[in-house]
Amino acid sequence: MQDIFQLAYWIPLLPLLGSLLNGLGRRYMSRSMAGWIGSLSVLGSFVLSVLVFLHVKSGHSEVIHYFDFIKVGTLTIPFSFQLDALSSLFLLIITGVGFLIHVYSTAYMHEEDPDQFARYFSYLNLFVFSMLLLVLGSNYVILFIGWEGVGLCSYLLIGYWFKNPAYTAAANKAFIMNRIGDLAFLVALFWIITKSGVVGFQDFFSFVQQHQFTERFTATDITVITLLFFIGATGKSAQLPLYTWLPDAMAGPTPVSALIHAATMVTAGIYLIARSNFLYSLAPHTLHLISWVGLLTALLAASIALAQNDIKKVLAYSTVSQLGFMFLALGTGAYAAAVFHVMTHAFFKALLFLGSGSVIHAMGGEQDIRKMGGLSTKLRITYFTFLIGCIAIAGIPPFSGFFSKDAILLSVFLHSPLQYGLALFAALLTAFYMFRLLFLTFAGQFRGTEEQKHHLHESPWAMTLPLLVLAVLSVIGGWVGIPEVLLPNAEPLIQFLSPVIPVVPHAVSHETEYILMATSTVLVLLMVLAAWWRYRHYQPGVSTSPFTRLLENKWYVDEIYDKLIVQPLSWMAAWLRSVAEAKVIDGFVNGVGRAVQYSARQLRFVQSGQVGLYVLLMVLSMAVMLFIQFFIRK
Amino acid sequence: MIALLILLIPLLGGLVSFMIGDHKKWVGPVFLLAAGLQFLLVLLALTSWDQPELHRFSAAWMSDVGSSFSLSLDPLGKVLCLLNAVVYFLLALYLQGRSMQKPGAFYGWLLLAQAGMMGVFLATDGLLFYFCWELALIPMYFLSSIWGGPRRIAVTFKFFIYTFLGSILLLAGLIYLQSLTPEKSFALDAILKLNLTNTQQSWLLWLILPAFAIKLPLFPFHTWQPDAYEEAPTPVTLVLSAVMVKMGILGLLRWLLPILPVAAYQWGDVIMGLAVGGIVYASLIAWRQDDLKRLVAYSSIAHIGLMGAAAFAGNLGSLQGLCFQLFAHGINIMGMWFLVDLIERNLGTRKIADLGGLAQRSPGLTLFMVIIAFANIALPLTNGFVGEFLMFTGLLATKSNYYWVFTVVAGSGIILSAVYMLGMIRSVFFGEGPSQPLPPVKLSVQEQLVLLIVVGLIFVFGLFPQPLLDVTASYSDNLFKQIDISYLFKNF
Repeated sequence: MQDIFQLAYWIPLLPLLGSLLNGLGRRYMSRSMAGWIGSLSVLGSFVLSVLVFLHVKSGHSEVIHYFDFIKVGTLTIPFSFQLDALSSLFLLIITGVGFLIHVYSTAYMHEEDPDQFARYFSYLNLFVFSMLLLVLGSNYVILFIGWEGVGLCSYLLIGYWFKNPAYTAAANKAFIMNRIGDLAFLVALFWIITKSGVVGFQDFFSFVQQHQFTERFTATDITVITLLFFIGATGKSAQLPLYTWLPDAMAGPTPVSALIHAATMVTAGIYLIARSNFLYSLAPHTLHLISWVGLLTALLAASIALAQNDIKKVLAYSTVSQLGFMFLALGTGAYAAAVFHVMTHAFFKALLFLGSGSVIHAMGGEQDIRKMGGLSTKLRITYFTFLIGCIAIAGIPPFSGFFSKDAILLSVFLHSPLQYGLALFAALLTAFYMFRLLFLTFAGQFRGTEEQKHHLHESPWAMTLPLLVLAVLSVIGGWVGIPEVLLPNAEPLIQFLSPVIPVVPHAVSHETEYILMATSTVLVLLMVLAAWWRYRHYQPGVSTSPFTRLLENKWYVDEIYDKLIVQPLSWMAAWLRSVAEAKVIDGFVNGVGRAVQYSARQLRFVQSGQVGLYVLLMVLSMAVMLFIQFFIRK
Repeated sequence: MIALLILLIPLLGGLVSFMIGDHKKWVGPVFLLAAGLQFLLVLLALTSWDQPELHRFSAAWMSDVGSSFSLSLDPLGKVLCLLNAVVYFLLALYLQGRSMQKPGAFYGWLLLAQAGMMGVFLATDGLLFYFCWELALIPMYFLSSIWGGPRRIAVTFKFFIYTFLGSILLLAGLIYLQSLTPEKSFALDAILKLNLTNTQQSWLLWLILPAFAIKLPLFPFHTWQPDAYEEAPTPVTLVLSAVMVKMGILGLLRWLLPILPVAAYQWGDVIMGLAVGGIVYASLIAWRQDDLKRLVAYSSIAHIGLMGAAAFAGNLGSLQGLCFQLFAHGINIMGMWFLVDLIERNLGTRKIADLGGLAQRSPGLTLFMVIIAFANIALPLTNGFVGEFLMFTGLLATKSNYYWVFTVVAGSGIILSAVYMLGMIRSVFFGEGPSQPLPPVKLSVQEQLVLLIVVGLIFVFGLFPQPLLDVTASYSDNLFKQIDISYLFKNF
C-alpha cells in the first residue's frame, strides 16, 4: 500500500489521456467508443483515488515532487502534488461524481454527431484533469494552473453548442467574470512571492508562523492576501458581486451543469480558503467580510430562485445560494463544516441537476416548469430520486443536507445571532423554492402539449443508474458527519480533516444544539407544507405582483452591471479608438509629419515623390557618417 | 566565428535570392535552405558548440572613429537569435509554393532583414549596432511598399520616417557616448565603464529611448504600428511583430539600462506608467477593432507594454520573465499571423463583420485558433503564462512607490485580453455565420505541420520552461546587479 502514492500522478493523467484520445481522434470515434474512453478513464482515476483516500485515512500524507516547473533566483516553483486529507476527499468527490456524470452523459448526449460527441467527452475529461490538478497541487501556482484549466473547460462546455450566439455569449461572460477574480488571485500570489519567496502551502504556512505580525509579514499583508484570495474565490464560486455568470452558464449541456457548475468547479473557491485556513484564522476582518458576503449571496440567490420558471435556473440560483452557505461557514471559521457541505452538496445538487436533465430529456428539450406538472407517474425513478434530492437540500433529517447545514448553522449561531436568523431564513427559502420546483414539475396536471405528453418516458438506465447512486449518497452521505450530540464519539469527517483543518472545540450545551436542530427541522417542514399548499394545483397565468416581477428579473443585477460597467467601458473604448487614437495621438504625429514633408518640399533638389524623400534621408544619414569620420577623429 | 556565420548565412542567402530572382522554381527552396541552415546553426550554437570563444568575433572596421566589427552571442542574443531562426524557418516552410510577384526580391529582402536583425542581436559595438538597426529597417520599407496593401505607400512612409527619426536620435546619443570615452570608442565595454552624471544620464535617456520606444512600440509612440501591420503583406507583418519589435527590447536590455541605470530608475515611474497605461489603452482599442490584423496589432501593443514595464521594473523576476517572454511572444504572435493569413487567403476577407461560423466547416483551424488565442491570453501550461507570471511578480516587487498600481493596472490587461480575444473568436468562429456560408478553410500538409510545430512549442515551453530560463539565468542576474539601484547608490 505504501506505493499507492507513487501512482498518484495517474489520477490526473488518465483523464488527460482520455481527453487527448477523444479530442485528436474524434473523427474516427464511434459514440460508444468515445463514451467508454471518457468514462473508463475517470473510473480509473476514481479507483486510484479510493486507494489514495484509504492510505491517507490510515494516517499517511505526503508531498510528491515531480520536477521544478519554474526556478528564478531563490524562487522555486515545483510541480508537485500534496496528498492529504483535504485533497484526497476532493479527489473522491471529483472522480466519483465525475464518473457518474460521464456515464449519464453517454445517454444524454446521444443525439450528437459522433465527432461532436467525442469533442464533448474530450472537454469533459479535460475538465476532470484540470480539477484534479487544482486539488492535487502542493503550491498556489499548481492550484492556479488547475484553477485556470477548469475555467477554460467551463468556457468550452458552456459554449459547446457554438452555433447559438446566446450560449457563446454566456461562455465568454463566464470566462471574463472569472478572470476578474483570477486577477485578484494572481496579485495575492505575487504578494506572497514578494513577501515570502515561497509558494508551497507548507513552506508558506511555516513562513507565516515564523514571521506573522512582524516587519516581514505584517497584519496588512495578511489582510491583503486573504482578501485578494477571497475576491478570486467570489469569481470561481459565484459569490457577490461576481455571481451572475453562473445562471447564464446553464447554457451548457445539463450534465456539465451538474458536474462543473454545481458539484465541483464552483467549490474551488471553498477549497482555496479551506486550504489556506491557517492564514484566514489570522485575518478576523476578512473572515467577517466573507461571512457577510456569503450570507447576502445566500439570501439574494434564494430570493431569486423563488420566482424562476426555468428548471435549470432554479437549480443554478440554488447553487449560488448553497455556495453562499459554504462561505458563511468559512467566514465563521467552520472550515470543516464548509468542506462537509461541499461534499453533501455535490451529491444532492448533482442528483438534482441530472434529474432535471432526465426531465428535460423526457420533455423534448422543454425547460419551463410552468409547462410541466404531473410527471411523477411517468418518470417514477426520476421523480423518486428528485424527491430525495429535495429533502436532502432542504435539510430534513436524516438526509445528508441536514447534517452539513446543521453544522453550518450551529457555527453561525455561536458567531452572531443576527447572522443565524438570516441564515435560517435563507435555509427556509431553500426548502420553499425546492419544493415549489418539485410540485410544479411532478405534481398536479400535465400542462405541456399533447405531443410531449405522448412522448413522456423514463430515461435509459445509463441515466437512471447514476440518479439512483446519487440518491443513496444523498441519503447517507451526511452520516460521516453526525454531530456528537446525536452520536457520541462521532464526527469522523472532522477527525479525518483535522491534520489540515485543526478542530476547534465549541463550548455549547447539548440542549442548545437540540433546540437549534428542532427549530430548523420544524420550520423547514412547515415551509414544505406551505409549498405543497400553494403549488399542488398550480395553474399558470396567475397575476404576478411587482415584487415577484423584481425577483423574476433577478433584481435587475445584470442590467445594472451592463449600464454601469459594460456600456461605459464600451463607449470609452469606442471613444479611445475614434478620437484619442485617430485624432489626438495620430493626428499629432501626422501633423508633425506634414510639417516635415512641407519643409522637405521647400528643400527638395531631387524629384518629388516618396522615393525622393527616401534618398534624401539616405544622403542625410551618409552625411552624418561622414561627419563622424572627419570631425570626431580630431 | 559562429556569430559571424549567423550574420553571413542570411546575407548570402538574400543575395543569392536576388540573383536567381527570375527562376521562380528555385527561390522558395533557396529561402528554405538559408532559413534551415540558419536554424541548424543556431541550434548547434546553443548546444554542442556552446563555447564562449566560438561565440565572439571581432575585426577591424572604421577604426579611425573607434568602431570595430565586434559580435558576441550572449545569453540574451541566444534567445533572440533562436527566435529569429525559428520564425524564419517556419515562415519559409509555410511560404513554400506560394506564388507572388517578384519572389526573388521578396525573399531576398526578407533574408536581408534577418541579417540586419541578427546583427542587432549580436553587435557589441555602438556604431555596428546602429548600422544593423538601419539595415534591418530598410528591407522592411521595400517589402511593405512594394508588396503591401492599398494604402501601403503613405503608411510605409510614415513607418519609415517615424522609426528613422528615432534612429537619428539614437545615433546622436551613441556619438555623444563615444566622445565621452577616453579612448573614443564605440565598444559597449568602453561605454559601460563611463561614470556618467545624473544629468548626463537623463539627457542621454531621452535621446536613446525614443528609438527603442518607437520600435517596440510603447504608448504613445505606437500609431505607426497598426497601420503598418495592416498594410504590410502578412508574412512581413509576422516578421515585424514576432522578431523586429524585439530589437527594441534588446536595445533597452543591452544598451539603455546598463549604460544609464540611474536615469532608468529616475524616469522609471514615468516610463512604466506609460507602458502599463498603454496596456489598458491598447486592449480597449483592440476590443473595438473590426479588422483581424488591426486587432492582433493592438493586442501586440498591449503585450509589448507589459514587456516594456518589466524591463524598467528591473529585478530578477521581471528580467527573467521578460527574457522568456521575448521568445514566447514571438512564437504566439507568429501563430496568430499564420491563422490570420490563412483566413484572409482562403476566405478573401479579414473583416470580422464578414466572417462568422467558421467552426462549423473548419474545425481544425478553429482548434488552432483557440489554442493560440489562449496562449496569447496567457493561460497556464501555455508558454504565454510563464513569462507574464514572472514579469508580474517582478512588477509587484519593483522599487517604485506605485508598485501595486502598476501591477493592478497592468493586470487588468489579463481581463481585457480575454475580452477581445474571446470576443473575436465568438464573432469569427462561432454562431451560425453569414447567410451565404463561407467555404471551409482547407489546410495543406505544410500549413498543418507549421501550425502543429507552433502549438507544440506553446505546450512544451509552457510545461517545461526551465531549460529556456536556464539559458538566461546568469545573464539576468548580471544585468540585475548592473542596474540594481540599491547597489548603485552604495557606490556613490
